[in-house]
Amino acid sequence: MSDKTPVLEMRSVDKSFGPIDVLHEISLRVHPGEVLCLLGDNGAGKSTLIKTLSGVHKPTRGEILMDGEPVVFESPRDAQGRGIATVHQFGGTYPLMSIGRNFFVGAEPTKGWGPFKVFDRKTANETAVKAVREFGITRIEDGDRLVGGLSGGERQSLAIARAVHFGARVLILDEPTAALGVKQAAHVLRIVNEAKKRGLAVIFITHQVMHAMTVGDHFAVLIRGAVAADFRKGEKTREEITDLMAGGETMADLEAQIEGYMETHEGHVPQAN
Amino acid sequence: MSALGSAIRRPEAAAVISLIGIIAFYAIFGGVDLGKLFGAASWVNFAANLGIVAIPVGLLMISGQLDISIGAMIPAGSMTVAILSGYYELPIVVGMLGALGLGVLVGLVNGILTVRTTVPSLIITLGTLVAMQGVVLAGAKLLTGAASVPLAAPEWAKFLFGRLIGNSHQVAIVWWLLFAAVLGFVVHRTKYGNWLFAMGGDRESARNAGIPVDRMTIGLFVLSATSAAFVGMCGAILFNSAQVSGGMNYIFNSVVCVVVGGVLLTGGYGSVIGIFIGTLTFAIVNQGIYFTDIDRNWANLIIGVTLLIAVAMNGTFREFALSLGPRKIKKGGQANV
Amino acid sequence: MSRQSDSRSFPVSLGSIARRPEAGSLVGLVIVYTFFAILGGAVFIGAPGWSSWLNIAAEVGIVALPVGLLMIAGELDISVGSVIPASSMTAAIVSGHYELPAVVGIVAALGVGLLVGFVNGYLVVRTRIPSLIVTIGTMFAVMGLTLGFAVLISGSTSVFLVPDPVTKTVLGAFIGGMFNVSMFWWAGFAVAIFYLLHVSPIGNWIFAVGGDRESAHNAGIPVKWLTVSLYMLSGFAAAFVGVLQLMTYQSAQVAAGQSFIFNSIMCVVIGGVLLTGGAGSVIGIVIGTMTFAIVNQGIFFSGLDPNVGSLIIGALLLGAVLSNDTFRKLALNYATKKS
Repeated sequence: MSDKTPVLEMRSVDKSFGPIDVLHEISLRVHPGEVLCLLGDNGAGKSTLIKTLSGVHKPTRGEILMDGEPVVFESPRDAQGRGIATVHQFGGTYPLMSIGRNFFVGAEPTKGWGPFKVFDRKTANETAVKAVREFGITRIEDGDRLVGGLSGGERQSLAIARAVHFGARVLILDEPTAALGVKQAAHVLRIVNEAKKRGLAVIFITHQVMHAMTVGDHFAVLIRGAVAADFRKGEKTREEITDLMAGGETMADLEAQIEGYMETHEGHVPQAN
Repeated sequence: MSALGSAIRRPEAAAVISLIGIIAFYAIFGGVDLGKLFGAASWVNFAANLGIVAIPVGLLMISGQLDISIGAMIPAGSMTVAILSGYYELPIVVGMLGALGLGVLVGLVNGILTVRTTVPSLIITLGTLVAMQGVVLAGAKLLTGAASVPLAAPEWAKFLFGRLIGNSHQVAIVWWLLFAAVLGFVVHRTKYGNWLFAMGGDRESARNAGIPVDRMTIGLFVLSATSAAFVGMCGAILFNSAQVSGGMNYIFNSVVCVVVGGVLLTGGYGSVIGIFIGTLTFAIVNQGIYFTDIDRNWANLIIGVTLLIAVAMNGTFREFALSLGPRKIKKGGQANV
Repeated sequence: MSRQSDSRSFPVSLGSIARRPEAGSLVGLVIVYTFFAILGGAVFIGAPGWSSWLNIAAEVGIVALPVGLLMIAGELDISVGSVIPASSMTAAIVSGHYELPAVVGIVAALGVGLLVGFVNGYLVVRTRIPSLIVTIGTMFAVMGLTLGFAVLISGSTSVFLVPDPVTKTVLGAFIGGMFNVSMFWWAGFAVAIFYLLHVSPIGNWIFAVGGDRESAHNAGIPVKWLTVSLYMLSGFAAAFVGVLQLMTYQSAQVAAGQSFIFNSIMCVVIGGVLLTGGAGSVIGIVIGTMTFAIVNQGIFFSGLDPNVGSLIIGALLLGAVLSNDTFRKLALNYATKKS
């Protein structure tokens, strides 16, 4: 792996808003066909990191490289043009639009000429349905169906299939499983695996350690805007990762504390105040 | 079955039912002579003027915005053409360009303020509504010294914009049909329509997908203000004079047409044909009541109730459209999910 | 939250006054008053001027206060425009046409307001239809009912009522021949609603519902009950204005009141209330109403064309929302930097 050039790399990236430093000295790299899991508690700077990678923010210091070349993303559109696709928690889709229309928002296939260049609904629907089915979602057959009628997992899959279809090389998934049930989440993880098999570099942002460990090759834990740990698959156990995310205070300690409390308080759990 | 299924899932499904319901209501309880109703010009004229404004207002609503400044733009368009070409006796083309130009200008102001600030467009256009009322009335008094300005348009202008076809039907009807056809085509058959729905569905995602959201929004505001000015202009040419009053009714009337027509107030859903049918429904309730035994005074009650029922139906049909594919889980249901 | 602690600790320093949401509105009021005082001279500064704008402010103000509360809670009420004529018509028919005691007519009129408010609130909380649409629907329906019943019962679109002296004194007299008693009612409403929003715990609920409906519900706030109550309050206030108008002018017209729809919204917005909910104050609404009324009436003392008044109001409205917008951005940035 390490002999290849990473498709996307961050070198000592800082991002501050006015006097507040949100990201500090972030260095990360992701290779084609690899899943990088970004773990972190709420407020650890995950979303700022995503926005920096997807062209919403520009780094205050440090640089971003694609295929070893330094790049500056002028806008989210620019980042997309270079093959970085971001899929948000709810799929970034429009619930009241059809699957075909959703799939091609901003890149509509047309037929005809001049002022009569019309939206090619048939092609759009067929392409969309085919692309989604290739990812294993065989329940979707009709491109005219409204996206709002799909399950959360299906919507995620549609968004991922869309990104892949439009030539994404790096797929940034922002908490794709956070709002999903167990079965739906497993479904999305399978799609992530499929994207990886197709040679995409995937950045998977989550705070669910189990999900990360299922698909991840490479892990980075973000605490207060800095990379607190960077390790490969199999180097750490689930408990160790969870402890890292909690910022040093280990879960085991917490459990011990609660047990101690329950002993002294006749088996009652501490009241949240 | 499949045809019926997909018809029910369209945004205008409830609008069609409202229209049929109103006609049936008038026929059964109002003893209306349907032949006479459909032959009458009054409600078609009413619908045409309202419809030319309602379509762009509806498109704005699909994109997630409101425009109530149209209430001032109708008298503004009418007054501008009358002052320029009536009072100052400039060629009618100058007056018409002036009226439409004013529409473009106000639309630009509305649009730019909406995209540049976080102020809701309802409040922005309320501001321009009141301001333009002041400008039009004070301007007319200042320039002409009167609140009503006569205008004698040349034959060709009357032929195009202010003629009665068969002595009863305003030429605005033709413009309305043309307008609906063109915008219907653009919205439902070109990529711009896709952009419109995407903007109303999720503005931020649409922007990230490369859609020029700000330019589209400004364009839509320009379209609605200019359409309103156009209606005012046609009125001045038809009636040979400009009136400063009137127009305020268009604000709520157009919103009612659009919503009865199946557009979602919060954006992202609707259709031009739905707005068209909503306008027909509104016009039949409002003007068709003269052809019934029902006292004219109840018309507003019927409109209010129709609106509430139509909106409730829209909600139901929308749920339906979301939940139901025409070929629902029969065989592929369990596969891989 | 910070505003609550503000109002309790009575801030006196200039800085904290400037940071209050009403500050911008107050500046607008002072500028507008000074402007018309210069143009209108002694007549405008004297009793005739004050009475003329206070009379207007009182009527709009009574409606604007609950409309403002609704807006803080994230809802709109368009139907006030037809509740006002519906209420005065009801009172006029009951006490004028049928010659029942004035009290019966007034109670019936206020009942109409409460009923319409209840229907609005019920439809808003039961269906998921936006309140703008619901209240446009009830506005049309109430308008039709008023017109239909007025013509059906009295055979006319305007009904007369000569109130008894007590009723006239309490609800429709001009003090000193100039100042309508409505301004005392306005003051009463303002105090009561100030108590409701800024002192009682319900005020916190209103802000919470406007800020985040779902969280408010989860926090145990009776969101539905609150919404229905606020609509009944605005229906009641609009009906009250209808009664005041009837007792003052001694006749009820079916088509009065439409101007109140946008005028009340403008007063509220000029007063710094956020249309999308969650922010605003009663003092702001009162200041906004005074500003509106001063422009509306001051123009007649100024020698300018009266229509210039609506241009000024439009500009004022845009100015108010745009400066609020800027101030809010500043305030939010400030908060971010602190953390």
